[in-house]
Amino acid sequence: MKQFPLPSSLKVVPGTERAQAAYPYYMQFAPEDDQRFWFYNSMHFPEPMCAFDSVTGEAAYCALGAANTRVHCLPTTKGIDERLINGRVYIGGVGVTDPEEVRERTDEFMRRAFHYYENWESLYAQWKQKMRALIEDAQKLPRPHLPKYEPLAHVHAGKGIASNHDLLDVYQQTLEGYFRMWHHHFEFLLLGYGAYMTFFAFCKKAFPEISDQTIARMVAGMEAEIFRPDEELRRLARCAVQLGVEAPFQDGVSAEQILATLREMGGAGEQWLAELETSRNPWFNVNVGDGFYHYHRSWNDDLTLPFSALPSYIRQIRAGENLDRPLEQLVAERAQLIADYRELLATDEDRAAFDQMIQLAHRVFPYVEGHKFYCEHWYTNLFFNKIREFGALLRDHGFFSREDDVFHLTHYELKSAIIDLMQSWSAGSPPRGPSHWPAIVAERRAAIAEWARHDTPPALGPVPEIIDDPAIVMLWGITRESLDAWLEADSDEPKRDIKGFAASRGIVEGTARVVKSAEEISRLRDGDVLVCQVTNPTWSPVFRKIAAAVSDIGGSMSHAAIVAREYGLPAVVGTGNATRRIRDGQRVRVDGDRGLVTLLD
Amino acid sequence: MTAICWFKDVSLADRPAVGGKGASLGELTRAGIAVPPGFVVSTAAFDRFIEVVENSAAVRARVEALDADDLEAIQKCSADIQGAMLAHSLPEALRAPLREAHAALFAGGAIGPVAVRSSATAEDSAEASFAGLQDTLLWILDFVALERALLQCWASLYSVPSISYRRKRGMPEAQVSMAVVVQQMVDARTAGVLFTRSPTTGDRSVVVIEGAWGLGSAVVSGEVTPDRFVVAKITGEITVRDIRDKHVMHVPVPAGGTHEVPTPEEQRQVACLDDGQLGQLRDLGRRIERHYGCPQDIEWAFNGSGALLVLQSRPETVWAARDAAPVSRAQDNPLHHLMSVFGGKR
Repeated sequence: MKQFPLPSSLKVVPGTERAQAAYPYYMQFAPEDDQRFWFYNSMHFPEPMCAFDSVTGEAAYCALGAANTRVHCLPTTKGIDERLINGRVYIGGVGVTDPEEVRERTDEFMRRAFHYYENWESLYAQWKQKMRALIEDAQKLPRPHLPKYEPLAHVHAGKGIASNHDLLDVYQQTLEGYFRMWHHHFEFLLLGYGAYMTFFAFCKKAFPEISDQTIARMVAGMEAEIFRPDEELRRLARCAVQLGVEAPFQDGVSAEQILATLREMGGAGEQWLAELETSRNPWFNVNVGDGFYHYHRSWNDDLTLPFSALPSYIRQIRAGENLDRPLEQLVAERAQLIADYRELLATDEDRAAFDQMIQLAHRVFPYVEGHKFYCEHWYTNLFFNKIREFGALLRDHGFFSREDDVFHLTHYELKSAIIDLMQSWSAGSPPRGPSHWPAIVAERRAAIAEWARHDTPPALGPVPEIIDDPAIVMLWGITRESLDAWLEADSDEPKRDIKGFAASRGIVEGTARVVKSAEEISRLRDGDVLVCQVTNPTWSPVFRKIAAAVSDIGGSMSHAAIVAREYGLPAVVGTGNATRRIRDGQRVRVDGDRGLVTLLD
Repeated sequence: MTAICWFKDVSLADRPAVGGKGASLGELTRAGIAVPPGFVVSTAAFDRFIEVVENSAAVRARVEALDADDLEAIQKCSADIQGAMLAHSLPEALRAPLREAHAALFAGGAIGPVAVRSSATAEDSAEASFAGLQDTLLWILDFVALERALLQCWASLYSVPSISYRRKRGMPEAQVSMAVVVQQMVDARTAGVLFTRSPTTGDRSVVVIEGAWGLGSAVVSGEVTPDRFVVAKITGEITVRDIRDKHVMHVPVPAGGTHEVPTPEEQRQVACLDDGQLGQLRDLGRRIERHYGCPQDIEWAFNGSGALLVLQSRPETVWAARDAAPVSRAQDNPLHHLMSVFGGKR
């Protein structure tokens, strides 16, 4: 019987012990953790976590667990425990096995979750208002700043509380807002996935050989927010052509240069810039990653990526191509697909059940698709940028040399550094931080780089007999079968085939471009096979160029899968390790029907 | 009923006169499906022939008197009857229209190869397994051979296995008759079977295609391990491509008949169907299934010029018998479906 290693056998990489100790005590593995099953959350955290970024895990699991355990009371599962070692996030579910407790929780679930389902539309509308308000609150927070003297106006108004306190206030509100955002994130999420999984399970029973992607296509919404950023780019390309200002948009010209040229043009150029502003707010708040790491910057932070897509869009429009998404056609195709499968069902009872389940899935799925833009993109972007402002302030006061160094402090440590600065400002004496933090930051930066060089086991501890935790199955796609595959992969010789989820149909051969970050996107040439860890809305424009997509992470509802299906490209997602096994420039065959990538040389 | 029935004039309702296979080919022809052209020598012709044979030797009464367990007697009876049948030639009243139809099948031009396939009739329930007991003769090149093949098909109704089968089931001999299909023969480049419902899982949303190089007889008889493909019926996704070592193939013999030869080395491990052909087969399966209103098992062939032809279609029977219970039923409150995922189901 194959086994995953026990947590206690997983050692901290020598020389990084102090960096490991920086993570809060409740994230460190303890001896009793050997009794439980843990898996590496490579889906959300594929890279070692900087000390500060680990706040994402704790805020997210606080909220996920609350929703499951105490708010909706999922009958058979509670929340998620999290541990961090060598920068890697391991998580474990907490199941409910006592039949009496399951019964009690079932009654609670029906009183709570059913209320959400029954009032889904109005609660979701309310949710969007709450999120917008939360975002506005975050946007209102001032840039942290320490004046030489308290502004005279404050003094004359008798404000009484001095500016150094604002630092603490803004920091605490920033942190607190982030925790709140995650509660909103999980308010509907499991319920939304649950309706999808219910329909999914029915389809698998009725049609044992149906592919996951076909079920996903029946459920997928057409007007999801994830398509918006790319649609805005196409809108801007059209604007440029209509306004006759397309000349500055040339491949290889930087965004800054293009912007400068447009400003000089005045008139139509200024008009286009105004259009750009309406698109940027909010649709350029998409991160180049999943938004879980501070270095997942947004289009707004760096216009390189959206601007690099504009010249080819403009060329296509001038060549008379219609870049609009054929929405009506997509809606009709989905309706036809549903009708065709419905017709194949054996009995009228099945058709009646099918109708109920697909209707429910269609009602709730817009949340599953839409929340990411508000939460993982827009809000996390605001959050990390606010922390970055603290980084700049501390840098200016000599705490470290770069603003991003702030992310090597935990959120507790950052609070202490801010209080150190507050005291120094008030005392009129130098802060202690500049002699304390630089060495620690250097040590932790080195540890992150070192950890990134080490592979980590996909799972730890005893293999569970069955995985019936709906949260883990829904969010991470982990099943007993996938664990067996991991155990298998562990021992295997290098093979020519890489297995993943068949996310979008078709078979294509091409040259692999292993793209590890958004900056490398420009290396993609027409007809290349994109090989990446994960994609998100930022990457949508490249799907016009590539012949196929392969990702390490994601399931049939992941961004890469959805966009590939829309563009009719083969895609294999959730391979686990394609970016490590495929060489840049290697010939590969992508079989999107079977979820297989074959190395051809 | 006339002795010769052209496919275009035959439908499922004519089953008693033309047998299951003949009726199905007629039905498909009339539905506009590409079937190699042909006609059926009806049961009326068989019955007339048997009458002639009965004048010199008892046939039906003798078979009906047999004990199902008396193999020796069955063997003796089979040899006598088959000997008597093959000793006769076709009555002129049958030979003339057969010759005429044979010529018409090739529009008065050069006679090409035909397949001669038995299409027996009996009680409906027994037909599927009964049909397989009689002969099919392939690559028949001229009229003399056709006449011989027809007699041989008829005689195969009195083979030992065929008689034993009927006696074990106590089938009345008066109801047993045989039509014979005569149709242009496809020199198949690739041929095989298409199931419009997965034989392994019963899934109606996929078609399963098995095929090999050469004539379909190699696949149907199980003498070659065919390539196997699973194609989603609605979306066309190809989810399984199992390419096997197709070590032998059935091909025509120039002098008539067919034989088994080793598959050329360079073809053995190569897929016998490309994606376009798989798509054509999927479309064909959907069309035939729609026409009949239930899943079908279909024999097909691609000829040398790439045209897809249907050789036979039968209703699927194994899974049809298990379809009674629905997977799920509508709930008074649709939300109760969710409990199948969230657990705690009561």
